[in-house]
Parts: sequence; structure tokens; C-alpha cells
Amino acid sequence: MVASSALHEAARALGLSDFETSRIVELLGREPNEVELAMLSLLWSEHCAYKHSKLLLRTLPTEGGRLLIGPGENAGAIDVGDGWAVAFKVESHNHPSAVEPFQGAATGVGGILRDIFAIGARPIASLDSLRFGEPTSERSRYLLDRCVAGIGHYGNSIGVPTIGGEVYFEAPYEQNCLVNAMSIGLARAERLIRSAAAGPGNLLVLLGASTGRDGIGGASVLASAELGESDEAKRPSVQVGDPFAEKKLMECSLELLERDLLVALQDLGAAGLTSSVPEMAAKGGVGIDIDLDAVPLREADMEPFEIMVSESQERMAAIVEPAKLDAVLAVCAHWETSASIIGAVTETRHIRVFRGAELLGDLPLDVLVDGCPLYELEPERPIEPIYPTPARVLDSTDPNEILLALLASPNIADRTPLFEQYDCIVQSRTIRRSGTADAAVLALPNGRAFAVAIDCNGRRAAADPYRGTVEAVLECAANLACVGARPLGVTNNLNFGNPEKPHIAWQLTESVRGLGDACRALAIPVTGGNVSLYNEGAEGPIYPTPVVSLVGELLAEPALAGRLAFASEGDAIALVGPFEPSLGASELAKLRGEPLPDRLPACDIASVLEAHATVIAAVSAGLRAHDIAEGGLAVALAECCLAAGLGATVELEAVAEAALFGEAPGGFIVSGPREQLPGRIIGTVGGARLRIGPIDLPLDRLREAHAALAALFD
Amino acid sequence: MKFGVITFPGSCDDRDAQLAAARVGEVVPLWHADHDLQGAEAVIVPGGFSYGDYLRAGAIARFAPIMTEVVEFARAGGPVMGICNGFQVLCEARLLPGALLTNTSLRFVCRQVTLALVNPNTTFTRAAKARLSIPVKHTTGRFYAPPAELDRLEAADQVVLRYAPGHNPNGAARDIAGIVNEAGNVFGLMPHPEHAVDPLTGSEDGLGIFASIAGGCR
Repeated sequence: MVASSALHEAARALGLSDFETSRIVELLGREPNEVELAMLSLLWSEHCAYKHSKLLLRTLPTEGGRLLIGPGENAGAIDVGDGWAVAFKVESHNHPSAVEPFQGAATGVGGILRDIFAIGARPIASLDSLRFGEPTSERSRYLLDRCVAGIGHYGNSIGVPTIGGEVYFEAPYEQNCLVNAMSIGLARAERLIRSAAAGPGNLLVLLGASTGRDGIGGASVLASAELGESDEAKRPSVQVGDPFAEKKLMECSLELLERDLLVALQDLGAAGLTSSVPEMAAKGGVGIDIDLDAVPLREADMEPFEIMVSESQERMAAIVEPAKLDAVLAVCAHWETSASIIGAVTETRHIRVFRGAELLGDLPLDVLVDGCPLYELEPERPIEPIYPTPARVLDSTDPNEILLALLASPNIADRTPLFEQYDCIVQSRTIRRSGTADAAVLALPNGRAFAVAIDCNGRRAAADPYRGTVEAVLECAANLACVGARPLGVTNNLNFGNPEKPHIAWQLTESVRGLGDACRALAIPVTGGNVSLYNEGAEGPIYPTPVVSLVGELLAEPALAGRLAFASEGDAIALVGPFEPSLGASELAKLRGEPLPDRLPACDIASVLEAHATVIAAVSAGLRAHDIAEGGLAVALAECCLAAGLGATVELEAVAEAALFGEAPGGFIVSGPREQLPGRIIGTVGGARLRIGPIDLPLDRLREAHAALAALFD
Repeated sequence: MKFGVITFPGSCDDRDAQLAAARVGEVVPLWHADHDLQGAEAVIVPGGFSYGDYLRAGAIARFAPIMTEVVEFARAGGPVMGICNGFQVLCEARLLPGALLTNTSLRFVCRQVTLALVNPNTTFTRAAKARLSIPVKHTTGRFYAPPAELDRLEAADQVVLRYAPGHNPNGAARDIAGIVNEAGNVFGLMPHPEHAVDPLTGSEDGLGIFASIAGGCR
């Protein structure tokens, strides 16, 4: 059977390649109709099928340690002791945010929260990882302002604290910003639920909002193709969020699960019913019949394919035993959440779409879910630099001037103007708020605490995708160490350009290799993740941005959770770790407009991990710690001073630029009583100036420089 | 002391208020659609975004069934405390004078602020410290009343809490952070004392407010 040219044309418009269309016809033994083609185009999109990344992702360690739920479910989960589980997941909403930043970012938060309560965990915190072009660009300032407002709007309104995150500004994100939203949930381990449908005869119940035309084709149109000139025309593909509806849906879903009324639960995210229903059926080895007449619509004249692919927000799909239906409906009525029986579980292993009695589509799950081809990448290391050299904005060689320029650099400046727009304290678990420690720390019901960090320096990953990714994992582990936490699990969001291009394929391959090596070295499982490809515009790809997030447990009691601020006048300052800084790919090199180096220096992971253990022990004994990252030792010392309102005097043997401002993994500033300090003593806390070799500046000037981001939100 | 804590759909800090009240007394959750205060001896209207607050903050919640009982309870002299969204609801319900407007920054702000206790002689502040470190988090927290009304509030000792100099996060008139009604039994404040009851999560300066309420009815 050969696909007709009319079918190829229709399929191309939906993002399917001719090869894929032919394969569909071959597998089905016939041409799909309009409804079926719409469903196939979405489930076979990069966003849903991971067709360019799945083979690579299989190389990652996904077992062992304290893992409770690994990749493949709505979210991963780890055991944090005494029967408690922490669930977490990060997901991108890059292209929607580039097209309509407020709603794009807001619904990114809404979507990831649904993933968390879909597995029966109460969302207790969110973080986000943002990338924009330089704030000198008006577009970047607009995207920053609206994305931050959108994240705040959704998170604040639904009562889930936004406890941290990170933001970087680099020219390659100018057209294609990144918005990765992470959510964390808490549950009793035995109450976690999976999404597999089961029990022929059981009912498919659609919970939450009615279905409208918003977000039609989001997964294929936005998430699986490069951004281009006509992005404004794509605005109808961006969903509109309603945090109030989700708040009710969340409370309703959690009560349904608490009362054991559901067989399975799944959120409706990208591709709406089209992805959620087949995924539930495929996982359970069953089929599902859907009746579109039973789906509550916002507009009566919606086409069947529109109903199937709508990305209207705040909806969940549940599988319910008929005997429990009345109880389910009562809980939904209490929470003023709509519930509609829209289908039933069958034994067919097919998804059949009806409108009343009329059969509109009939697709076997082995084609719909399992039939999508997985592509081997064709990686090729680029011979020439891919990225333009950053603009030179710093000429001075005076160490005082350099330190002030670094503190004012948008990648280093104080994040308070962003963080203040987020409620970081609701739910009464936040032990360390954003900006007070290197990682966020939350209390657990068992009297213990856990920590979470999210990070990725895309510029370093661009210089060396393998080592840059290893560094991102080590940086998160370092952040955890500074609050006294040991990592238990990792999730990630791989943001890359077009993987069909050999140099992007190379970045992706190298990065996943680095992620795997680093996680194996830390002996932690990858609990899941998200892949966002095709992040490029007319001016080229984004920096490879493998955003990594680690969740870990505090070894000491929660009150000892580390802080970055120096504690007291007279405390000694020590440098801990195998820190060998260099200027290549550093923030200073960027400010000076230097091209990216071709590689990053290798680091000895084992000795870095030894330093982490030393820092964890120090923090657990009541000392203060801060990890040395962007801007090097001088910036890290300045941050410890500013957080405390205390100065410091530091003597160094080497005062070359690399020693002061160079970057590398494995360096920590630990402070406290001299006799308790590990590492090498380099100075003393006190006064109102920071003195480091040739640097001598009053705290006021440091603070003024560090406040540079405030101007972006005036 | 039995605290009733209302939950509207969209309330976010109801659990936090319950946890805080439970440190000094008993707690009974109250549901927005009920007409029953279940024997509560003090009522807390918590923070959040009641009914989504897509209209004007608190404008829909004042019509909630439970609010009929709250108004009656307040008119009879029962202690009622509205925190953040609860303050907005109590103003909309005319249990408190004035209104809460959008912050001058037009943005949500979450910040630990220092408060000065102006009137330590109320049901809500007898056991509170003179200076309190308590967080705020809101978009609509700028207290407003006409100047003559502000003069009257000040003269009648109805201004209970002010933001310390340099700490006003929203442009509130005369740095007002919390007020009571004329009878002194209805208290509204934008800062969140329920988020300041444990040094582990920041501060315990808010506990004195809950202790004051509990102490008043012993």
C-alpha cells in the first residue's frame, strides 16, 4: 500500500516526514483519515515520541539507590525515609513562551504541577530554569518580564511555593528563550499511583476544564519545529492558563486518590486527549473507546480532530470502576470540578474514537504509540565555531573594576528582583529561601529535610558538551553539599537545537554521555526527564542547555541546613576542594568578548566528590559554605559578604586573573571558627570592605553593582 | 480556644493558618459553602486567591455562604482575623474600613518585612512583640482610605501595625499594615503571621498574634 500524494501533503503540514507517512500507511494497511492523521502526527512528534533522543536516553542509569518511580511515568519519585516519597519532574515550555511569554510560562508551571499530582503526590514546590538573550535587547527584557510574571501568576495563585531557580542571559537565546519548569511533590510511598489503564468495562472520566480550541497542535507546531518569522501567527497554538481551575482540580484529584476511588490518573498535557488516552491504554495493555459527544466543549462546532488534539489546560483523565462512579462524582461536585464519562476501557488494544454511534477513527496502539520510528543520530563534531563571539563589554584590567563588572553581569547579579515575585513560603515547609543558600531546603513530615538544586551553564556546555554537562551535574551536587545534602536522584531537561543537523546531534550525544558518566559517578538514578529539540531560529541554535536538577537529603538536622552568608565577624575563611580555575568559557571571558574555547579542562570527578563530602561534613557541623561558580573565587567571596553584610580580608599566593575570576568545578568557600575549618585558610571575616590581594572595595559598592537586575523590573 | 479557619476554593494559606493556630489552640476547618461556624470562638479568614480573585480581590468571597455567619459573629463581638486575602475579604464585607489596592510596583512581592506594633492593647496583639519580622506576599496590598478616614483611624487607635521605615512593600497609606474595626474585634493585616511561627522557616514573631487571640478567651 502506497501513500497518496494528497496524504503526504496533508501529513507534511502536520509535521510528519514522507518516510513516516509511508510507514503509517504500511503499518495500518490503509490511509489514515483526518482524525487519525491528526492523532498520529502528534504522537509521532518529537515532543511525544522522543524519536531523536530515545535511543540515547536508554544509555542513562535509571535504576538503583532510593528510586521508587523511574522514567516513563508522569514524574519520577525517590524514597526520603519513613515511608515518604518525593516526586519531581522538569519540563520545557520553550516555544510557547517565545510566542506568548506570560501564558507560555504560566501553563508550563500548570502542566508540570499536573504531572506531580497525577502520580498522587501533593505539589509542594516549584523551581524554574530560564534563558533569555542579553537584557540589552528589548525583546529579551519583555520575555523576561512576562515569563517571570506568568510563573508567579500561576504558582502564587495555586498555592505552591516557587523556591528557587536560575536564569542566564546569552545572545544565542535571543530568539528562542528557554522556560523549564520543575515541580516537586510529596506523598506516602505506598500511595503513589501509576497511569496504566486497567479493567475492561471501567470508565474513562474527564476531569476539569471544558475543551476549547486553545493549544491546537502545540506539540507538533510549536515544540517540534524551529521558530521562524511567522511566530505571531502561532499564538492560537499557545494555551491559556487558569490557576483557580487547577487549584480545584488538584484538590479534587488528591482527594479522589486519597479515598482510593481511581484505577489510574493521567494529566492532559501536550496533544491533549490524543496523547494521554493512548498512553494510559498502552501502559495497561488495554484499549479505550472515546465518545467525543460526551466531551464538554467551549465551542459547539469543534471538529472531531480539534477535540482530540486540543491542549486546553486544567484537565485530567481518570479510569474509574463503575461501582465507584457515584463517589467520584460527589468528590468532584464538592470541589466544583466538572467530571464527564467520555469513554470506557476495552480489551481491543485499539483507540477507537466515536461521535455518538459513528466511528471516526480506529488506531491500534502498536502503531499509534509504539510504531513511531526511532532515529539514530548522525553526530559530527563541528570543525568551525557554531556560535558568534559575544560582544565585548569590558576593557578594564583593574581587578576592582573587573569584580564590579562581574557582580553586575546579568548572569551573576542578585536574583532578588525575580525571586520576590514568587511566593516561596506558602505550605510552611521552606527552610532556606531563594538566595539565602546554594540550594533550596524544604522540611519533611518526618522531621528531616531535603534539598533541591537546578543548574546548567550553557556557555560551558557549548564549549564542551560532554564536560559542560558533567559540570552541570557536579554544580548541582555542589549546591546540595553547601546546604549539607547528599544527592538521591536526578532529573533533566535537554534543550538543544535541531538534532537532524550533525553538529547538534554531536552536542546531544556528547551531553547525554556526560550526564550518564556524572550520574554513575554520583551513584544516583535518572528518575525521568524531558527533551526539547529544535530550539533554533534564523540566527542559529541555542547553546546546548542540558538543565540538570538534583534532589538530595540533609544528613544533619534541618536547623543546620547551610547558608551562604558569612556568620560572624572574626570567622576564618577556608578554600576547600581541588579547585583549578581557568578563564576559558568563564563569565569574565564572555564580558571581554572572547570566543568560546574548543574544550573545557578535564576535572577529576572523584576528587571533586571528595570535596563535596568534606563540605557536607562541615555544614553538618554548623559551618557556612558557598560553592565557587560563575565569576570565580572573588565573586563567591563577595556573595558571602553581601549576604551577611560583613566584609572580609583574604590573602592569596597567586593573584593572577585566573586565580581571582577563573572558573572550574570543585571549589568551595567554607567559613567558621578557625580550628573547625577543613581546607586551606585564606582569610578572615570582618569589617565593611572586601579585600582580596589587589582587590579592595567597600561593601556598598559591591552591593550597588550586584543590584543590576533591579533596573530591568522598574 | 477553638479557631475556625475558612477554606474558600482558591484559598492557599488555609493549611498554614490551621497549623499556626494549632500551636496555641484547637482548630476546626470551615468550608465556604456551609452556614455553620461549628462552635469556633475565633475565625480566621486566610490568604490566597478566593474564587480565583479574577474580579477584585475578595469581591466574590464576601458573598460566600459562610460569610453570613462570619458577619453575624463579628457583629456579636467575636474575634475575626483576616490575613492578606482575608483582609481584602473583610474590607469588601465592610467589616473593616478602607480598601486594598494594587501595589505601587504593580507586581507581586514576597518579602520578609519589619513591622512596628502601634497598638499593643488589642485582642490580637496583647502578646505580640513591639517589632515583628513577618513576611508579606501579595499583589493587592496597598491599604487605602481617604485622608479624613485615616486621621480618624489613627485617632481611634485602630491602626495596629505599620511597616517599619523603609519596609513598606506596597505603598500603603501611612505605612499601614494592619487595622482593627471600631469595636476592636475584627483585625485585618497584609503580612502573614501564620508564616512566622517557627524559627526553622524564618521567624516566630507571628506566634504572638495567635497567642494573643487564644489568651483573650481563656
